[in-house]
Amino acid sequence: MTSTLIPPPVERTPRRVVKEPLTRRQRLSRFDLRASPYLYIAPFFVLFALTGLFPLVYTLVVSLHDWQLLQGQGDFVGLANFTEVLQDRFFWNSIGNTLSIFVLSSVPQLVVALVLAAVLDQNLRAKSFWRMSVLLPYVVSPVAVALIFSSVFGEQSGLVNNLLGVVGVEPIEWKNDTLASHVAIATMVNWRWTGYNALILLAAMQAVPRDLHEAAAIDGAGAVRRFFSVTLPGIRPTFVFVMITATIGGLQIFAEPRLFDVSTAGGVGGSERQFQTSVLYLWEMAFFRQDFGKAAAIAWLLFLLIVGIGLINFLLSQRIASAEKAVGSRRERRRSKGARR
Amino acid sequence: MSASTIPAPPVPDTLAPSPPKRRRRGGGLGNRPGFLTYGLLGAFVLGSAYPLWWSFVVGSGTNRTRAETLPLIPGENFIRNAMTVLDAVPFWLALGNSLIVASVITVSVVTFGTLAGYAFAKLRFRGRDGLMIFVIATMAIPTQLGIIPLFIVMRQLGWTGELGAIIVPMLVTAFGVFFMRQYLVDVIPDELIEAARVDGANQIRTFLHVAVPAARPAMAILGLFTFMLAWTDYLWPLVVAPQNPTLQVALSQLQSGYYVDYSIVLAGTVLASLPLLVLFVVAGRQLIAGIMQGAVKG
Repeated sequence: MTSTLIPPPVERTPRRVVKEPLTRRQRLSRFDLRASPYLYIAPFFVLFALTGLFPLVYTLVVSLHDWQLLQGQGDFVGLANFTEVLQDRFFWNSIGNTLSIFVLSSVPQLVVALVLAAVLDQNLRAKSFWRMSVLLPYVVSPVAVALIFSSVFGEQSGLVNNLLGVVGVEPIEWKNDTLASHVAIATMVNWRWTGYNALILLAAMQAVPRDLHEAAAIDGAGAVRRFFSVTLPGIRPTFVFVMITATIGGLQIFAEPRLFDVSTAGGVGGSERQFQTSVLYLWEMAFFRQDFGKAAAIAWLLFLLIVGIGLINFLLSQRIASAEKAVGSRRERRRSKGARR
Repeated sequence: MSASTIPAPPVPDTLAPSPPKRRRRGGGLGNRPGFLTYGLLGAFVLGSAYPLWWSFVVGSGTNRTRAETLPLIPGENFIRNAMTVLDAVPFWLALGNSLIVASVITVSVVTFGTLAGYAFAKLRFRGRDGLMIFVIATMAIPTQLGIIPLFIVMRQLGWTGELGAIIVPMLVTAFGVFFMRQYLVDVIPDELIEAARVDGANQIRTFLHVAVPAARPAMAILGLFTFMLAWTDYLWPLVVAPQNPTLQVALSQLQSGYYVDYSIVLAGTVLASLPLLVLFVVAGRQLIAGIMQGAVKG
């Protein structure tokens, strides 16, 4: 890694023949000019190679071996770990749970964040106060969030079931029932991140040129129409950015399912693994079952999944963008035709 | 990456007039929103703040408080519950650990991020563009997934249970470099660097006396977010040093065993959340500015 950072010595012989030999000072200054950029970026690249890239590659090595926590490295087994994991129903269960929780958390979260941003984008009094209030849940750590909501969604006497009881709904088995537990965990994620994402979208909305709004208003577009025809297209790049970060984060949920119901099965995601996410499964495989080989295989599969979904996200947004452009230019053409007529 | 791909020095962006501030008064668009808007927003804020308040109410009551439908008034037991928490987990040790871990990581991420970000933004060197693309690409890599080899290495080094093992894997982030680069590209005019060089300042002096002062606001924001991220991290500290816990790990240990006394757990949760809540009160505006700036830049 580091060797590629050192620049090849630059040949300057032709000039040197003509010019006087450089003084020590000049040479030092020239070296300073050349080498400094590399010295400045070196700490990052060296540390990143050690703590970011090396583990990724080494994970692959571990995944190709029979490797236990205590015994250490065993025989080379090829892709056996991968095939075993891919045949493991708990693996697929965890993927299903992760995706389910991901959808339950990202879709409502983005919709609410969008609405919230639109409200905050209005000419409110006490702007800072509202922004701060919306961001408050973000400073509560995921572990604390998990503990709070594990209690809020308690089955015998949790806040939610108490409130449901008032309106006559039977208590819901938030920890036993698969879908209910997914909703509960998605709620934790939504609670912490909606305000944060609303602020990002708010910033994007404020960057939409004001004259566009005004022109639309003069053309008779109401507030709702303006939101869909001016604001939304204007913030699309940011919206995609929020979507991708939500994906990367959403697929790595750990603390919430780990701590949602510790009293049963020691925090591996429910007695029936009904809310065991993939990272939680990876953790269980590595540090409960102590099978590092398989855990490493899970890590790589998960890595591919995250990169894959990220790519799909990206391509999808490109598609939408180009489709929109096509529609836009068609409209343009129609308009110019009309004008000619 | 050949040298020819390095772009010519760009015209300094800062000299361009900054876009006019958006005007909100006047016209049909800047109307003050009505009562309904405030009502809905207020309801949303109250609803989202309530779980936190509820934790305090239950944490200051008994396990029976939890059975009440919508408890609003705190009880008298917070101190007693908090004392139980201090007995149950090594709270002060964990608090100290978290402070050390988060501070060291913050200083390191900000220092190395600023150094590299400055080089990428303002210095010309062979391979700059290619390396920057590499940095951006690595931002999407979920480094969490590297915990197994990191754990193996830490165990071989005999570092498990040491704070160093928690700190080292988080010393740099690609995001930090990217963030500082984006900020510094716009904020320092190239003339300023040129002038410093003409005045005989060497590179490191230019960095210290031109770049760092200009970078300060961004460094503060990056530091704030890095601190929060390090403070709230759970998976890696849990894996590598459960016996020498950070605050998050200690907090999670409160909820073990078959019988859970929620008033104790929630008292601990409130206690453990206080540092960040204080930070939020002190630096909330900077947090908001950071989130909103990052959005426009990123």
